[in-house]
Amino acid sequence: MRRFGLRGIALLYLLVILVGPLAMVFYRTFEHGFAPAWNALTSPETIHAFKLTLIITAIAVPVNTVFGILCALLIVRHRFPGKGLLNAFIDLPLALSPVVVGLALFLLYGRNGWFGPWLSDHGIQVLFALPAMVIATIFVSLPFVAREVVPTLREIGNEQEQAARTLGAGGWQTFWRITLPSIRWAVIYGVILTTARSLGEYGAVAVVSGRLQGQTETATLRVQERFESFDLPGAYAISLVLALIAVLVLVAMSLAKPKEEAA
Amino acid sequence: MGSLAETATIAAPRAASRISGDRASTALSLGIVTTFLTVIVVLPMAALVSTARQDGFGSFWDAITSPEAVAALKLTLVASLAVAALNAVLGTITAWVLVRDDFRGKSLVNAIIDLPFALPTIVAGLTLLALYGPRSPVGINVAYTRTAILLALMFVTLPFVVRTVQPVLQELDSEMEEAARSLGASEFTTFRRVVLPNIFPGVLSGVALALAKAVGEFGSLVIITGNLPFRTEVSSVYIFGRLESGSTVPAAAVAVVLLAISFLLLLAIGAIRHFTTRHDRA
Repeated sequence: MRRFGLRGIALLYLLVILVGPLAMVFYRTFEHGFAPAWNALTSPETIHAFKLTLIITAIAVPVNTVFGILCALLIVRHRFPGKGLLNAFIDLPLALSPVVVGLALFLLYGRNGWFGPWLSDHGIQVLFALPAMVIATIFVSLPFVAREVVPTLREIGNEQEQAARTLGAGGWQTFWRITLPSIRWAVIYGVILTTARSLGEYGAVAVVSGRLQGQTETATLRVQERFESFDLPGAYAISLVLALIAVLVLVAMSLAKPKEEAA
Repeated sequence: MGSLAETATIAAPRAASRISGDRASTALSLGIVTTFLTVIVVLPMAALVSTARQDGFGSFWDAITSPEAVAALKLTLVASLAVAALNAVLGTITAWVLVRDDFRGKSLVNAIIDLPFALPTIVAGLTLLALYGPRSPVGINVAYTRTAILLALMFVTLPFVVRTVQPVLQELDSEMEEAARSLGASEFTTFRRVVLPNIFPGVLSGVALALAKAVGEFGSLVIITGNLPFRTEVSSVYIFGRLESGSTVPAAAVAVVLLAISFLLLLAIGAIRHFTTRHDRA
């Protein structure tokens, strides 16, 4: 009896908070037929917004992957003073409001910011342009690869690396032939999380982008713009595409996870 | 959930420093990582703190104690604590059902737990509005109310407690529970005396993560709460509003408060992990 009661509570909870609302988005998107949704998705501004989101993700994910692996190696395999501080700063993006991130970047690169005057003297546009949006996205998706790789790296130990070294392999060779293959599923899992976070970032990018239609508007910003222009089918249609991407991410996660555990 | 408080856990085997720890490579990677972190994380935070205090401590204090800022901070904290508490209960039940119960479609249910993480927050807000907004098919309209804040925060924090408790429950042998029950303990006593002590640290770290997420949440609240000052305006929305109207110093002041809360929660999570792994280290 207790089992069914608790199952009921858990399923009801998920239905009310998660599944119900999502199902409604499907319904609302196609409420007035297929055409309004399709028109909203194929408008030049929307296509530009999706392209911009992809460009930002394509820059942020590789940067954070390399950084994450390097960071994890440093934390697990090396000893140095200030490791605690390094850990704290890596985890900060997980706990910090995206708006605070955006504001901080605004204050650093804005007209009156620390770097603002120098940048504008040299004709470099950072704020309200691609660079600031990329930096904001890198910030919010920073920890994921490192956090996935650290436990795996710790678990596999370093006997194999040691053996490779004894047999005359260089540091670089050991990394490519021994370390990277054994952490690859953790890296892939981290990359999936990083990608999801980058595609979906809203708050930090909303602050630093200036939200110029057809220029610095990403897919998530476009959702809000459509909503505020009372184009609900448009807002729902773009949301639906983003939700489908989220579902793909989940599928990818469940494919990558068991392999990581089995390794 | 990886590197939080990694320092506090198992000390690296000594051999590690011998093989890959040649000084040059440590120095090089440390240099790259430090430079990157400085540019991406440290410098912006420094600019934020410096702006918040540029007109002296008095104006910083005035900024964070202005009635609207106080109302926003209070609402943020109360709503986040309420949602964290709800998560502690509902998240634990969900985790228990996913581990100990068995029913058709369980793996699907397990997979959708992560959906709030993968879904952009702005979409989460719009999603909730579709079901609980002005044209609600179930007749519940919470748009532009404080209930909407709770709903949105519950949506975005849903995975945390489930995902921190689930692995602990998986490791916990159900034989212990059966033994307690066969010795005559009631269901409730078994839970309180056997299960809860074991999963408690997991619940706590999940709650801390949920709190951190809830305190800073922005995207899902923009659409559904209407951002009415003194009524539904949370701190992150307040900061955004101040920035839009050009008052950067008050925005930075409230942002520093959120930054401090984030640091405290990270410290708390680190301490919980330190405490729970101390047996492994001994």
